[in-house]
Amino acid sequence: MTMILIMLTLFIGGLAAWMIEGWNRDLPRWISIASITLAALLLVPLLDAPVEMLPLAHGVSAPWLEYINVPWIPRFGISFVFAIDGLSLLLVALTIFLGFVAVLSSWSEIEKRPGFFQFNLMWTLAGVVGVFVSLDLFLFFFFWEVMLIPMYLLIAIWGHEKKSYAAMKFFLFTQVSGLIMLVAILALVLVHYSQSGVLTFNYFDLLGHSIDPDLAFWMMCGFFVAFVVKLPGFPFHSWLPDAHTQAPTAASVLLAGILLKTGAYGLIRFTVPLFPDAAAEISTLAMSLGAIGILYGALLAFGQSDFKRLVAYSSVSHMGFVLVGVFAWTELSIQGSVMQMVAHGFSTAALFMIAGALQHRLHTRNMNEMGGLWQEAPRMGAIAMFFIVASLGMPGLGNFVGEFLILLGAFAVNKWITILATLGLVTGAMYALMSLQKVFQGEREYPHKNGGISMPDFGMREMIAMIPMMIGLIYIGVYPQPVFDLVNPVLASLYELTGTNNKTWVGVLP
Amino acid sequence: MITTDLLALLPIITLTGVILVVMMVIAFARNLALTCLCCSIGLALTLAAIAWVSINLEPQYVTPLIVVDEYALLFSSIIVIGAFFICLLAYSYHADRGENQDEYLMLMLLSTLGGIILAHSAHFASFILGLELVGVSLYAMISYPVRGFFSLEAALKYLILSGVSSATLLFGIAFLFAVTGSLSFQGMADATAHMEHASVFVLIGATFVLAGIAFKLSLAPFHMWTPDVYEGAPAPTTAFLATVSKGGIFAVLLRFFVSFDGFRFEAILESLFWVALLSILVGNILALMQDKIKRVLAYSSIAHIGYLLVGFLAASAVGGKQLAIEASMFFLIAYFVTTIGAFGVVTIMSGSTESEHDTDQLSQYEGLFWRRPLLATFFSAMLLSLAGIPLTVGFIGKFYIFAAGVQSGLWQLLAAVVVGSGIGLYYYLRIIFSMTKQPVSEDEIDIPLAGGWALGMVSVLLVVLGVYPTPVVEWVTSVARALT
Repeated sequence: MTMILIMLTLFIGGLAAWMIEGWNRDLPRWISIASITLAALLLVPLLDAPVEMLPLAHGVSAPWLEYINVPWIPRFGISFVFAIDGLSLLLVALTIFLGFVAVLSSWSEIEKRPGFFQFNLMWTLAGVVGVFVSLDLFLFFFFWEVMLIPMYLLIAIWGHEKKSYAAMKFFLFTQVSGLIMLVAILALVLVHYSQSGVLTFNYFDLLGHSIDPDLAFWMMCGFFVAFVVKLPGFPFHSWLPDAHTQAPTAASVLLAGILLKTGAYGLIRFTVPLFPDAAAEISTLAMSLGAIGILYGALLAFGQSDFKRLVAYSSVSHMGFVLVGVFAWTELSIQGSVMQMVAHGFSTAALFMIAGALQHRLHTRNMNEMGGLWQEAPRMGAIAMFFIVASLGMPGLGNFVGEFLILLGAFAVNKWITILATLGLVTGAMYALMSLQKVFQGEREYPHKNGGISMPDFGMREMIAMIPMMIGLIYIGVYPQPVFDLVNPVLASLYELTGTNNKTWVGVLP
Repeated sequence: MITTDLLALLPIITLTGVILVVMMVIAFARNLALTCLCCSIGLALTLAAIAWVSINLEPQYVTPLIVVDEYALLFSSIIVIGAFFICLLAYSYHADRGENQDEYLMLMLLSTLGGIILAHSAHFASFILGLELVGVSLYAMISYPVRGFFSLEAALKYLILSGVSSATLLFGIAFLFAVTGSLSFQGMADATAHMEHASVFVLIGATFVLAGIAFKLSLAPFHMWTPDVYEGAPAPTTAFLATVSKGGIFAVLLRFFVSFDGFRFEAILESLFWVALLSILVGNILALMQDKIKRVLAYSSIAHIGYLLVGFLAASAVGGKQLAIEASMFFLIAYFVTTIGAFGVVTIMSGSTESEHDTDQLSQYEGLFWRRPLLATFFSAMLLSLAGIPLTVGFIGKFYIFAAGVQSGLWQLLAAVVVGSGIGLYYYLRIIFSMTKQPVSEDEIDIPLAGGWALGMVSVLLVVLGVYPTPVVEWVTSVARALT
């Protein structure tokens, strides 16, 4: 029930924010804050909920915190299967937290139709929560598409100068790849039906069936394409820089922080467990794509003068690590991928917020027109430095843990790709430090170019959003064990299910 | 003729009676509101009659021409419901125009009657009867606004081309008759039952019949008339033409193919394959280049009938028939809801215009989100449903088509549907995007009561069926089971 309540809270909160707009223009964001807080409170009891073991397949069971199954369209065996385990819980918590950050970051930025803005924000969140907890493939696809429309509107209505192009590109990429996934889902369901005589979209029933390898390969590709477009992995990444750059700050935060994670989640939850053999077949290719993405993203990030675009390309680079980690499919590397997802969620969301704050104050995103901002905005500078070093993988912060584990796990599988990927840590440092230098250090250039616009430092509201993310990154960087405790049983069961025997590492974790 | 026969014909008789009553009402009092009231009550009565027949009577033939079964009643009810909503919209459209518009609604009822007859027909005689009843009323409905040149042009175009296509159809029927010696679908099926491969005459006949039907359904390459007629006709007529007329004809096509078992003839399937592929690609690609909403919707309807044909063709695979028929019927229902809604918005937008064109320039919709949020939301919902996005009935429809296609392994056609949907998104989103722009004009847009309610109900239907389609799914499942 908890999951449904959370989604309802967000859906209804969004509607209420929209409705109340005509009456008071300040209330919608308070309603958003209230409904997000309520959703977060609803999530708390799950943290120590009793675990229920449900069988997946091949005699493997997985621990679930909640499981609901209500028929929806019996003709096709489609049901409302909502289930939550440690992995989903972690990502839902991240979603709700970043939703909170997104609302704060849009606090004073949105002049036009603030209620409708909050409505779209809330519905995106609800859609993403739905993606993370749906374990009926039809329902999953349903939410997968539902979250697109409000995000499209966020970019199309409140975006910057090239919003129409960016919004369209975002929608087309995700939708078309989604349809390919739909074909794969249907093929999988019908193959299962022809084998067992049971028509069902339930994830638990579809797991662990032996499918003709050729067919399985094509189905796997259908899932793979949809998720890699969303991730985004090279060469499907080209929607991302445009969408991120043109989106309003709050939408960028959500896009980078959680929408990209739905792709990674899909790979971990669906692509590999449903088609373990087919996934193993392309694992080298996928890891290479990941490694190329890491280097290519870093290279392009280095070439940008637009701060937001730089952060966007850095996302391509960071999500490349996730792709490498997932397809290496060792226990360490998957753990690393999950950690990278969380850490990237924090660090990139924060960097987009900083980019948004800069644009709001200076009316430009061009780093060449900035410089020496630290003197006037020391708090902002310090925080920016924190997140920039986090994103370049400084030990002691969350991103390092993620990247390190991914590389460690992947090394056992494919040395050369891992070595290539490791170069990403070096290139990451290059663009990250370059951006810090251009924006916050050096000569103060901007007053001459912008007619002496004053540059207010971060205020109370922005600090409230930033400080928890900093604490979070330090916490998971220094003591990541709680996150592993949460997700390990899940990953272990998936890992056991796929039956890969890559146990070449020295066992360290329980 | 015995009593049960008459009872089985109750929906047709009711609607005929209503048409006579409306004619008398118009003769005595020229009052559009009164006429509209009579029409909508009449349509509601017809729907009640359909429900009564479906509950109380067994499926039966009434004369060899007419068959009253679940299938006929399903199509009749969606046709009548569609006509009901279009009736309300048409009232709003014509009410402000201050001309004598009463007969328009009566013509619409006549055309609806034709649609119902099509749904019931099991014989080429009743098919032609229904077809011409739909068509002849439509010529008048298209040219109804006498003040403009464009509607006359559209009507003339439709008249001539439709005449040609009817002739083609008759020619094809003659061939089939020559081979089989029968005009009833069942008779033809029996006479050809022994054929493994279609004989030359059957092929020629079937090709001509399919060409005629493809013309009426505006499938490529017989689609040329569609955009011009859609654009020139008044918006409610366009809605009617796109839904009721096409729905009725598709009902015949499906019934004929199922009882004739046309799916066993490779050559026919191959030609239908190309027609479907072409329709999807041509419709979607040409829609990209349009700046008028009605033309966009015209091309998108070409593509949508192409999608429908994918579901239809899925019946050719072994064991795929049940799902394919279901998919076609559900997709058609979704298409009805969405198309009526989309043209409903155009109708309402055009309601208060003084121009001889309907309000269908893309630029006239700019900023609609800020001028009329509710109307814009409805329109976005319709467009998203056309694009097949979840929470709308269009999504379930497209899902059905995908399911049927995958089940029958029509991979090329499915690829075309994916590509087509991708292209389609572009032009639907373009309309939505332009509605979110800053408004250029501050013209007041009035939302009339009747039309507004009709549009609201269609929108609710769109979302309800998109979220909880189970009742309709069960309905089409049982009908498809009875048919096969």
